[in-house]
Amino acid sequence: MKELAWLVPALPLVAWAVILLVGKRLPDGGAPVGILAVAVGWVISLTILFGVIGGADAYHTGTSWAPIGQDFEIPLGMTVDGLAAVLLVVVTTVSLFVQIYSVSYMRGDERYTLFFAKLSLFTAGMLIVVLADNLLLLLVGWEIMGVCSYFLIGHWWEDPANARAAVKAFLTTRVGDLGFMAGIFVLFWAAGGFEIERIVDGVESGRISSATVTLGAALLFCGAIGKSGQFPLHTWLPDAMAGPTPVSALIHAATMVAAGVFLVARMYPVFEASGAVLNEIAIIASITMLIAALLALVQDDIKRVLAYSTVSQLAYMMAGLGVGGYSAGVFHLFTHAFFKALLFLAAGAVIHAVHSNDMSEMGGLARAMPVTFGTFLVGALALAGIAPLSGFWSKDEILTDAWLATSRGVAQVVFVAGMVTAFLTALYVARMLWLTFGAAYRGQGHPHEAEAGILFPLVVLAVGAALAGFVGLGDNSISTWIQTPLLPSEGPATLNLGLIVAATAVALLGLLLGTALYRRGLPEREYLERLPLVWTTLQHKYYLDDLYERGLVRAVAGALAPATYWFDQRLVDGAVNGAGLGTRRLARGLRYVQSGQAQWYAAALFLGVVGIAVVVTQLVGR
Amino acid sequence: MPLLYPLVFAAFLFSIGVYGVLARRNAVMVLMSIELMLNAVNVNLVAFNAYLRDQLVSGQVFALFVIAVAAAEVGIGLAIVLLIFRNRETVNIDEVDLLRW
Amino acid sequence: MTGQEVAFLILAAIGGLAGVLVVTSRNVVHAALYLVVALSSVAGVYLLLAAPFVAFVQVIIYVGAIVVLLLFGIMLTRAPVGRRVLDNTLRARVGAFVVGAGMFAMLTVFLAGAFGEARIANRAATTTAALGTSIFRNYVLPFEAVSVLLLAALIGAIVLARRD
Repeated sequence: MKELAWLVPALPLVAWAVILLVGKRLPDGGAPVGILAVAVGWVISLTILFGVIGGADAYHTGTSWAPIGQDFEIPLGMTVDGLAAVLLVVVTTVSLFVQIYSVSYMRGDERYTLFFAKLSLFTAGMLIVVLADNLLLLLVGWEIMGVCSYFLIGHWWEDPANARAAVKAFLTTRVGDLGFMAGIFVLFWAAGGFEIERIVDGVESGRISSATVTLGAALLFCGAIGKSGQFPLHTWLPDAMAGPTPVSALIHAATMVAAGVFLVARMYPVFEASGAVLNEIAIIASITMLIAALLALVQDDIKRVLAYSTVSQLAYMMAGLGVGGYSAGVFHLFTHAFFKALLFLAAGAVIHAVHSNDMSEMGGLARAMPVTFGTFLVGALALAGIAPLSGFWSKDEILTDAWLATSRGVAQVVFVAGMVTAFLTALYVARMLWLTFGAAYRGQGHPHEAEAGILFPLVVLAVGAALAGFVGLGDNSISTWIQTPLLPSEGPATLNLGLIVAATAVALLGLLLGTALYRRGLPEREYLERLPLVWTTLQHKYYLDDLYERGLVRAVAGALAPATYWFDQRLVDGAVNGAGLGTRRLARGLRYVQSGQAQWYAAALFLGVVGIAVVVTQLVGR
Repeated sequence: MPLLYPLVFAAFLFSIGVYGVLARRNAVMVLMSIELMLNAVNVNLVAFNAYLRDQLVSGQVFALFVIAVAAAEVGIGLAIVLLIFRNRETVNIDEVDLLRW
Repeated sequence: MTGQEVAFLILAAIGGLAGVLVVTSRNVVHAALYLVVALSSVAGVYLLLAAPFVAFVQVIIYVGAIVVLLLFGIMLTRAPVGRRVLDNTLRARVGAFVVGAGMFAMLTVFLAGAFGEARIANRAATTTAALGTSIFRNYVLPFEAVSVLLLAALIGAIVLARRD
């Protein structure tokens, strides 16, 4: 079955093309095509994963894509190892259920068919990233995802705010991509090829100098910062909520933003070889998880709470990787995909029912939408890290790794940040739960339970969110699945009783506080408003957006862009037009050769004679 | 006398003729300038003949032939000018540019 | 400075001046008459160069026939008078001057370089008999050819110029 792994990205790619070309004429607007493509991929992915669990070896195949000269070629290949198998299942599962959900959620939308086409293309892109065996192919998938994110965020582009959000997402990740590409080329130049295996080999064998490794790793991480919304390139994620909720669930919770984490995991031997970069990752992750959790606490838009939560949880994953917990980070990626996608889809159901994103217009929905409430609760508690739900196991794994990695000074920072964030997470989760589902309804309409087409994916994902954590236990745990010769398994999840108690206590504390504060719904003034400085800073998102806007955007759009435009218009176009104009002028001049006037010809003749005489005598005489 | 004297004189007449051919608009004037040029050539020929003291006096013979040919050429040239004048009422040669682009 | 050279210089001056006036005169008929002067001075030069027969032929044919032909042409084409009509545009004249000057410069430089030291020796004039002998003994073929040429020119001119 591993040989067929290439089908998993290929089918959605074909589906994209089909839907794009003939989708409107197909029954139900082409959605079944997309769903079928990803469903087949899902089955294949599950089969592969079961094979890996059963102890199958990694499978690598490839073909030469673009041979250049005699010695060099750009390869096209895939690596189907444990890490890829896990991600395959994650991506196809979430994509499948998001697409099923979208059939109901996006019904009646003007660009329904195009939506499914975009989702399929995006899925294909992410799957390419997962399977790629060389960095160039990975970059291709990476960029496909970037552009699809742009298209999907801007799905309702009639509202200029949505279009701006799409551009912001694209450009911010692009900034990270610049570093990413530079990193790819540094490593390519150092290792002599794009293949990940070759690069890892070069690093391990010491052929590549440690300075180069550090540089390459740091640059690669830039791409991860952008795509995974780490500080300072996290500003695009909350704005990306302008897109439809299924998009938020698929792209900005479970898959695309996880690509950065996946990249670090995939290239982990390179990162491990450079302690400095791992420390950098840990520090940035710690900062990110704290600032994002604080911001989640003061949002009124339910999707924005979830967006900042995603940033914070991604930071958790990065932090895990940063302290040497390879399998811990991947484990959290796995569980987070389930419960965060679930939360977004459930939030979407709520938004659909209430016709608003604003939590100040919600409340008391537990009675009106019981199934939605139930699934949302499962996801929320998993997010908060309450045992035995999935989030508990993976979060605990990361905290344990941070606690035990005493060799790294940063590990202590990560541990403290992780504990504080756990508290804050529980706090904003409780706030979100009570404001949305508790107390009395504050809105205008008549909310009712969502339809079956929406509830079905919710229930399935809730089961996943509840049970996914158990893959971390036992001898054949996720850690075993994703191990490679260079990254041996760390064994099942270490159960440090003291830590478990501490973490659970912290989470329960947060939940209790949140309940106490928000039990009766939205207060007159938010509690944090009592600290005006804190409040304003949080409201302005630490002024980062303003900084970027004033500093970078103005400089580029105000100065650099017009200069480039002038250059393009005058010099580049001028050269092109000038070639045409020059030819015409030359022609106009040459016309006189055929003036029809004998005297002109005679003049030319005599001049020619003089010229020839001079030339000949000069050449011959001397 | 130095050979250079008649040679420079011939060159001068020739250049004057060139100027006349190129600068005059009237066809008859152009023909006159051509005659000047031909005369210059003749002077050249005769001068060299005198210098080289040719047994066959070929310089002078050649000069005679040139005169004969010049006469023929003027005859035909004027016939053509007359024809143009009859057709176009003008003898400005810059108005005879049918072969232009 | 021998008498020969003095005579030559005078004749050359007259001829040169006349030539200049031919090409710059505003009146066509005046130009034709200046041409007569120029051609006559050339005939004088021939005499100085020991070629009396050529000088006489020059006068008879050039001055006598060709200039008359040109005058007829002027008459029949009602050649107008005035600089604007007779001369080309200023741009063309400047160009023509450049070409002419260039031609003169080139010729003078090369001739001076090649024949700067040469002198023509004094000798007796070529007799007509000697000339005739040379033509009919050595250059008979060109002679006949020129005859045919003249015949062709004659017929051609008639054909071209007749009215029908």
